[in-house]
Amino acid sequence: MLRYLARRAANMLLLALLATSGGYVLASAALDPLVRFRGSNPPVPDEQVRRALALTGTDPDTPLAGRLGSWLAGLARGSLGTSVDNRPVTSEIAERAGTSLQLLVLGTVLGVGLGVLVGIVGAVRQHRWFDRVTTQGSFVVLATPTFVVAVLLMVGATRLNDATGRQIIRFTGQYTPGHDGWAGLADRASHLLLPTVALTLGLVAVFSRYQRAALLDVLSTDLVRGARAMGHTQRSALVRHGVRVALVPMSTLAVYTGGMVLAGATITELTFSWHGMGEYLLLAARRGDVNAAAGTVACAAVLVLALGLVADLLHAWLDPRVRL
Amino acid sequence: MTTASDVRPVTAGSVLGPVRPSGGVWHRVVRDRQAWVGAGLLAGIVLWALVGPVLRPWDATHVDLTAFGQPPSARHWFGTNDIGQDLYQQVLVGLRKSLVVALVAAPVATALAAVVGAVAGLAGGWVDRALMAGVDLMLVVPSFYLLVLCSPALAKAGWPVLALVIAALTWMIMARVVRAQTRSLRDRGFVRAARFAGAPLGWVVVRHIWPNLASLLVADVTVGVGAAVLTEATMSYFGIGVRVPDVSLGTLLAAGGPAAATRPWLFVCPALVLVVAVCAVSLLGDALRDALDTGAGRG
Repeated sequence: MLRYLARRAANMLLLALLATSGGYVLASAALDPLVRFRGSNPPVPDEQVRRALALTGTDPDTPLAGRLGSWLAGLARGSLGTSVDNRPVTSEIAERAGTSLQLLVLGTVLGVGLGVLVGIVGAVRQHRWFDRVTTQGSFVVLATPTFVVAVLLMVGATRLNDATGRQIIRFTGQYTPGHDGWAGLADRASHLLLPTVALTLGLVAVFSRYQRAALLDVLSTDLVRGARAMGHTQRSALVRHGVRVALVPMSTLAVYTGGMVLAGATITELTFSWHGMGEYLLLAARRGDVNAAAGTVACAAVLVLALGLVADLLHAWLDPRVRL
Repeated sequence: MTTASDVRPVTAGSVLGPVRPSGGVWHRVVRDRQAWVGAGLLAGIVLWALVGPVLRPWDATHVDLTAFGQPPSARHWFGTNDIGQDLYQQVLVGLRKSLVVALVAAPVATALAAVVGAVAGLAGGWVDRALMAGVDLMLVVPSFYLLVLCSPALAKAGWPVLALVIAALTWMIMARVVRAQTRSLRDRGFVRAARFAGAPLGWVVVRHIWPNLASLLVADVTVGVGAAVLTEATMSYFGIGVRVPDVSLGTLLAAGGPAAATRPWLFVCPALVLVVAVCAVSLLGDALRDALDTGAGRG
């Protein structure tokens, strides 16, 4: 088990390093650090441009390998460089990642948990009303872009607020300025409600489909019947010999869906105008901010790999064969 | 790393054995009601996108000075926007653009997956390891992040490049599936015979691997069209996809989003058309995919 985990961790570190370097190279290629100096009138003196570029380490005259080298050296010291507005990217990302993680963690736990539950019930009661409703429902949800779900939820909340004449559900940004203590906490929870629902809905749709199919696969074998023959009750046979086996492919699937989950969370927070990582990346792309963009991509890679590691741990826990 | 056969936990067919001869698959598809519903709906939408404009007397840029921001009516079926343009015609223009982008992106993505997956699976050894390492690497960063990152370079490039970039960032999981299938074909008699007879790798891929995976690839293109429509719409909504002067369902949703509470038709009409279009493609795609599974008819 330990050896398995060590191998996985080494593999992931290598992937993280490669992905991070790749992100920096891509950011350097796709973004133009000179974009913010262009079209300024009067023109910015060359000397000043040069100094600004040197400050962020994005001078196009330095070869790309050299820029990447010094960026990686900075990374080894725990610094992601400075952004174009001359602030350390590391602290900016730490702050924004905190914002994004609230939604990401809550949404993932709820989405995956409910999705698995819905999938199990759907498979056990196949073709009954619950199965039909959730199957059709997730079909439509999967065909709807996340931002459309988010906008529709906001419209619904606006209608509700208008109808009652009070701000019951607040949904712009993460919080309303000027609330402290318990009021502030309640306010944050209120702001978290709609984004969580939007993200959870999409994830439930995805994971319930997979869980339902995986459990149906298991139910079509003799595993559960065998357990019944051994004297298990129907419930215990289902849970211990059906659901547990069906969860194994789910956990390997999660390795590949980490990116999808993160993308979903990013799109959701963007739609609700949160000041999270998605907004930072969009800003960076617009301002030609190579360091900020590369930092965000690095952070995303680490998050996806972390989600993958969680899935791996679950997999090892569920499937004894992996631990060898 | 996780092994290749884990990639498609859902479909027993890919893990349990070789792909069925495609004749059987098509036979099942033809008898599948869902496939017909999806295909019919899709044909209807494409037809509507093409001939729909003829049904109304004005075009998408025509400004109706008597109707600014009007809700749907007999005159303007989907209502008008703030400057009096007919939303019905705009949605049709956007639908055509969204479909064209997706119809370019999806086959290219599948083709990439087919080439990389088949070569990796057949060649084995370091070629396989290198290609799969590349795939894993690309899966580490969400493609939405990479799309945002590429967006400044796409600004002036127009929609064909956008479609190709969407394809370049969405082929990876399918490549793993194709690789897994190829490996199960690799040890079959006809492939071994061809290889021992000295047939070059490319020949074996084209002559023996792809024909056996044809139905899988067709299903993937179909599913990919729906996914590409959603990707394009999301990117355009955040201003980094299709750009002016082009109009897509995504740009219409971006324009209608801020007005969704006060003039809902500006958002709801393009959204409904988008959802129906993606549903049609998914119905067909799912039916094709189910026909490939040994447990067909369950889904």
